[in-house]
Amino acid sequence: MSNFTKRSVLRTMLLGLGLATIAQPIWAQDNPIKVGTSMALSGPLAGGGRQSRLALQMWVEDINSRGGLLGRKIELITYDDQGSPAQSPGIFSKLIDLDQVDLLIAPYGTVPAAAVMPMMKERQRLLIGQIGFQINSKTHHDMWFNNSPWSDADSWVGGYFKLGQKVGVKKVAFLAADQEFSQNILAGAKTLATKSGFESVYEQTYPPTTVDFSAMIRAIRAAAPDMVFVASYPADSTAIIRAVGEIGIGSSVKLFGGGMVGLQYEAVMNTLGSQLNGIVNYHTYVPEKTMAFPGVREFLDRYTERAKAENVDTLGFYVAPFSYAAGQILEQAVKATGSLDSVELAKYLRSNEVQTIVGPIRWSADGEWAEPRVVMIQFRTIKDGDAEQFRQEGKQVVVDPDRFRTGDLISPLSEAQRN
Amino acid sequence: MSIDLLLEGLIFGVFVGCFYAAVSIGLSIAFGLLDVPHIAHASFLVLAAYMTFLLGSYGIDPLLAGLIILIPFFALGAVVYRFYYEAFEKRGTDAGVRGIAFFFGIAFIVQVILSLVFGLDQRSVAASYIGSSLGLGEMRIPWRLIVALLVAVGLVLALNLYLSRTFQGRAMRAVAQDPWALKAIGANPVMTKQWAFGLATAATAIGGALLIIVSPVEPSLDRVYIGRTFCVVVLAGLGSMSGTLIAGIMLGVIESLVLTAFGASWAPAVAFGLLLLVLGLRPQGLFGR
Repeated sequence: MSNFTKRSVLRTMLLGLGLATIAQPIWAQDNPIKVGTSMALSGPLAGGGRQSRLALQMWVEDINSRGGLLGRKIELITYDDQGSPAQSPGIFSKLIDLDQVDLLIAPYGTVPAAAVMPMMKERQRLLIGQIGFQINSKTHHDMWFNNSPWSDADSWVGGYFKLGQKVGVKKVAFLAADQEFSQNILAGAKTLATKSGFESVYEQTYPPTTVDFSAMIRAIRAAAPDMVFVASYPADSTAIIRAVGEIGIGSSVKLFGGGMVGLQYEAVMNTLGSQLNGIVNYHTYVPEKTMAFPGVREFLDRYTERAKAENVDTLGFYVAPFSYAAGQILEQAVKATGSLDSVELAKYLRSNEVQTIVGPIRWSADGEWAEPRVVMIQFRTIKDGDAEQFRQEGKQVVVDPDRFRTGDLISPLSEAQRN
Repeated sequence: MSIDLLLEGLIFGVFVGCFYAAVSIGLSIAFGLLDVPHIAHASFLVLAAYMTFLLGSYGIDPLLAGLIILIPFFALGAVVYRFYYEAFEKRGTDAGVRGIAFFFGIAFIVQVILSLVFGLDQRSVAASYIGSSLGLGEMRIPWRLIVALLVAVGLVLALNLYLSRTFQGRAMRAVAQDPWALKAIGANPVMTKQWAFGLATAATAIGGALLIIVSPVEPSLDRVYIGRTFCVVVLAGLGSMSGTLIAGIMLGVIESLVLTAFGASWAPAVAFGLLLLVLGLRPQGLFGR
């Protein structure tokens, strides 16, 4: 009886071990690596948030079609934070404690992402950025790695002021939205103007409910600046450029634009059409030959098809490749370390270059790009009512920095508008 | 600050003010005449703007599109009021508070539907009068603002005539004050209010067409207009059409002059500052009785 019992126990153990060995891959399939994030899927920032979600979904589908990571499938868990800093910390608590995600990507956008940084530092979790600006400047979290090609305000709009110096600007006018992001950019721009020796002849901050910009454009024209720096949000950008076209900004203006959000989006560009000609503005990616990073055009072709079905920006230049790259950053780090541990992954990312569809990325100590590469582009030969033209080379010519330059700046604005 | 700049600010204020009046006129009927707490008014404006955009995608001029959607919007208004009446107004004294929740819900639903159907990106229309301007000496006035002025004046004249010269119009003015007296002369107060709310929503359709003519729209744009439209209506004196036009112009001019002289950050305070002032000093509004 006792022998029988011992044998049966041994047999059962062996059977159990055997089953466990066979069951392991099945268990692994049922236990995916969870990647958690949040983005604005409703509210004013939802246009970018939904692009970002689509790009991340595409990364998950791509990686799962290749067998996943560490033999496990990837599961993306996303929540709608409405672009609000009041929502994002609660969502990230839930992602960590209830959903028990393995990896985290920051909320889309600056303000909701900044709100989760103290928690990430306290919990010692790796966080990959998702189109945020200066998020780690106060927290100094050593496991933060931004996916966006900038570091400080200088890296964002420094090129604009460099162009101003080249064309002999002396007087500058500032127009900025009364929102945190625009104000940060404005502060940086004013410092750059001082450093460049430009005199400020007009400065106006406007509230987000402004309907008509005619009065401000008339005042700028009266101040006769050589250069106008604008830090605006999408709806304002359209209204400002339209008012410039209708009222005129004056022949003294050599450069107009700089920090206008929205001029990267299909809907805004279609709305403005030929009124964009001559405007110089920041961008993260344009389809110029100097920015043809491996894989980016193929990604954007696939993205366009998916974006049509999901009713989001079908160009996707500004956000989508960078959100896809956020996934690629995690992918390379996990593959190289064979680990999901935040400390291990952060150690790898601090000392290695990552290859992505937005080019190779290395980070400086604060987790921002070691070599920022925001480009200044000038709109050229844009016609009305042609959405496809923005996919062509030569329509958004890179005029700064030199390593991505595809054309020389045309100045003053009145001459550039004719081109 | 040069006199020329202030003068231009004054002139542009008149144009922008007429636009404010045009987008407020529907609310002036719904809230001013009928006492319905129609906080979904700005959402209906945005809905009308999107309908104009939809028709514009078939090559229809935005102003013509505004006229085409008049009848569907009239019907929409009549249906919404009937529901509001049956569910809230008929039942008693707390209709106001519950009505606010009802219209808030409608506003939310409209925004969600627009987001799902049209996406979240901004939408605009094309017309020869959008993006061009009329030169008057040194000054250039955008044609879209001239169109807004003409439409606002036309709308006010038409509504004034209708409210003063027709039996239905006079009944609409009477219904909020004394529904029982209206019943005594053979008019049905509920039907009258239903008709009036339909008319208010039809006027909002024209306002919505102007909205997308003046600037591109997005589903959440209602937040920009809700405060301004209520300010214009209260400032005018509840239910006064000419008063709505004058109040709109006052708001536009003061906003424009404040913006020119003191800076854009002060401009939003103008609407609510005026509102507080009027409510404190003359609660019936500048042109109310």
